[in-house]
Amino acid sequence: MTANGWLQFAIFSIVLFATVKPVGIYLAHVFEGERTWLDPILRPIERLTYRLCAVRPDSEMNWREYAFAMLGFSAVTLVFTYIIERIQSWLPFNPQHLAGVAPDLAFNTAASFTTNTNWQFYVPESTMSYLTEMAALATHNFWSAAVGIVVAVALIRGIRRTTSATIGNFWVDLTRTTLWILLPACIVYALLLVWQGVPQNLSAYTAVHTLEGATQTIAQGPVASQEAIKMLGTNGGGFFNANSAHPFENPTPFSNLLQMLSIFLIPAGLTYALGRMTRSQGHGWAVFAAMFVLFTAGFAACYWAESQPYNAIHGAAQSGSLTAPAGNMEGKEVRFGVASSTLFATITTDASCGAVNAMHDSFTPLGGLVPLANIMLGEVVFGGVGSGLYGMLIFVVLAVFIAGLMVGRTPEYLGKKIEGYDVKMAMLYALIFPLVVLSLAAIFVLIPQGTGVTNNPGPHGFTEILYSFVSGAGNNGSAFAGLGTNWWYNIAMAFDMLTGRFLMMIPVLALAGNLARKKSVPPSPGTFPVNSSLFTVLLIGVVVIVGALTFFPAVSLGPVLEHLLLNAKQLF
Amino acid sequence: MQTTTNHAPILDAAHIPHVPPPVHHSVWGTAIRFTILTTILLGLLYPLFLTVAAHVLFPRQATGSLLLKDGQVIGSQLLAQSFTADKYFHPRPSAAGNGYDATASGGTNLSLSNAKLAQRIQSDIDKLTTASNGQPVPIDMLTTSASGLDPDITPDNAAFQAARVAQARNLSIDAVNSLIAAHTKPRDLGLFGEPRINVLELNLALDNQSAVKPADSLTR
Repeated sequence: MTANGWLQFAIFSIVLFATVKPVGIYLAHVFEGERTWLDPILRPIERLTYRLCAVRPDSEMNWREYAFAMLGFSAVTLVFTYIIERIQSWLPFNPQHLAGVAPDLAFNTAASFTTNTNWQFYVPESTMSYLTEMAALATHNFWSAAVGIVVAVALIRGIRRTTSATIGNFWVDLTRTTLWILLPACIVYALLLVWQGVPQNLSAYTAVHTLEGATQTIAQGPVASQEAIKMLGTNGGGFFNANSAHPFENPTPFSNLLQMLSIFLIPAGLTYALGRMTRSQGHGWAVFAAMFVLFTAGFAACYWAESQPYNAIHGAAQSGSLTAPAGNMEGKEVRFGVASSTLFATITTDASCGAVNAMHDSFTPLGGLVPLANIMLGEVVFGGVGSGLYGMLIFVVLAVFIAGLMVGRTPEYLGKKIEGYDVKMAMLYALIFPLVVLSLAAIFVLIPQGTGVTNNPGPHGFTEILYSFVSGAGNNGSAFAGLGTNWWYNIAMAFDMLTGRFLMMIPVLALAGNLARKKSVPPSPGTFPVNSSLFTVLLIGVVVIVGALTFFPAVSLGPVLEHLLLNAKQLF
Repeated sequence: MQTTTNHAPILDAAHIPHVPPPVHHSVWGTAIRFTILTTILLGLLYPLFLTVAAHVLFPRQATGSLLLKDGQVIGSQLLAQSFTADKYFHPRPSAAGNGYDATASGGTNLSLSNAKLAQRIQSDIDKLTTASNGQPVPIDMLTTSASGLDPDITPDNAAFQAARVAQARNLSIDAVNSLIAAHTKPRDLGLFGEPRINVLELNLALDNQSAVKPADSLTR
């Protein structure tokens, strides 16, 4: 580790911190339908959207209607993307004449982008046409990001409202999130990326004659427009196979900084919006603090592990010597080095982004454990857009419940009594994830179709399988990317991702509906304050304990075992 | 006589005022319309607008930062290409396709516990150490990048290769070293990322310096 690496972390954190309040206020304005400076341009488009889509913006929905609209919309977009992938060879913007995508892969990809996962079992530059990238995949990045955000907003409303049957209008939330937040930010951000070197064109791939006289074909495309929403919407699906490690997606350390910030921008801002919309700013900051502590811990562990000199971490006997500040550079880019790579890896898995600027598969065992553990904790460290906040609020409910048990009183959360139904929904959310992940991983280590496509032998191969199902159900989309694919993985991962997204959103909306229905009770001396540092500590404890108890056995068979064997000079 | 079902009260006129009005004509109808409308806005207008704006504001970057030499496109400034001759600096090893394939980016995804990786690195160390009289080998020369198209090498790596290049070109080592120094990019904002040298740019500069005729036209 170097002082510079920690300085990069510090400056990143300060810049992020500076954005939280302005972004949070803006988000709250948008969700409460208040005036913003973009109104003159966007109000007419908003009204037109409602008219064309037969939306009555003034009518509110109860949680069931909200959930049904959300599921219906997601189903339609899933089918839409599947069809475009299948018939892309007959559609325009396909200069490379790429064929239609195979049914199982097309289904996997449609499920992947619908669920904000963006797991990619394909090499984009040789699979997807420009039209598929723009109209199906990039558009899906907007949709799935907006869906995640509106579910979080519905939950915030549920906390805030009293004796209300409704939690908002799904279509209004979706439209406003897209028009006021995602689209304008992406236009500015994409242009900044082009300035740094990200291509944005519709040209056929360029054949060049290199200085040594060889031929190199350079894949091109409308990269910047997709890159912007890929990061800002915590989607993470690359335009190129190497994702944000590809110099065309992430050309400079500065573009890398922008990308890291854009992952956390909305999720961090949402913590402030939570405080503002629930009239409890201290609570918003307490949640932010819990997230920031976990973020710092993850970076410290990952950066430390990857900075170990190559000779020290490697089991092989070596003759010859290496230059001093070695670190693990396999699968990393020179312009980022170890510090910017591990910071990116921590951020992308704290959030449910899943873009990568280094190959997690080639991380040291403990360095690779950090991204895995981040996803296992539920991606609640800022987390995905929307999903990070509602995931953390589930843990908040569990934390106040546990605090209530300790003092023997009915737990309260911001004036709402937390009762059996609420805790059941929270537990449902917390249990679906490990249930689907561990079941699928257990099946796939037992069948040859599961173990036959790993890229590495030994415990690392197990970690590849485990990581894929954790990443899928967590809707992260980063990978131990050596894992190959087949029909079984395509279908199982699609199921994994859809379950991890929608089966977990339904309890969140049910919780929102139930909280909205309740009366507010005034705080009493027995109320556990949710804006204190004690609460922050308790919240961190609940997140870590739930994650550790659930996944420790699996982790000990993968990265932990690999680390111990590597220390004993055992290779596979 | 038929028993009353649970649905009957909804049809009862007296209850109608209590039933909230339907929010939409149909969720499916709205979902399909919203999908089509936003596909036009976000999937076509947004990227096409950006394509035009990018070409106006940053034409070089928008088209892939291509480098020309004698009117021929010889590569992208941002992507590594293969160099094997002694007179050129070599980029990092590549796992993209069969090496430096800009239509198949990617890394090896080998784990540190994989014997294949250990053997590859050890054999590269042996080769390079022999060729360089025992100088320590920079780690980035031994490891494949994440993209397989990493355009940069570390200053250590460039220094390691300088003697070979100088000899092949009949240049003094100082001349090569000063060219390396001129092409070393610092950290962005003095802080982010790592110092680096773009291999293609450095090799182009070498060619221009070595050329007998006046420098080739080099535009970006």
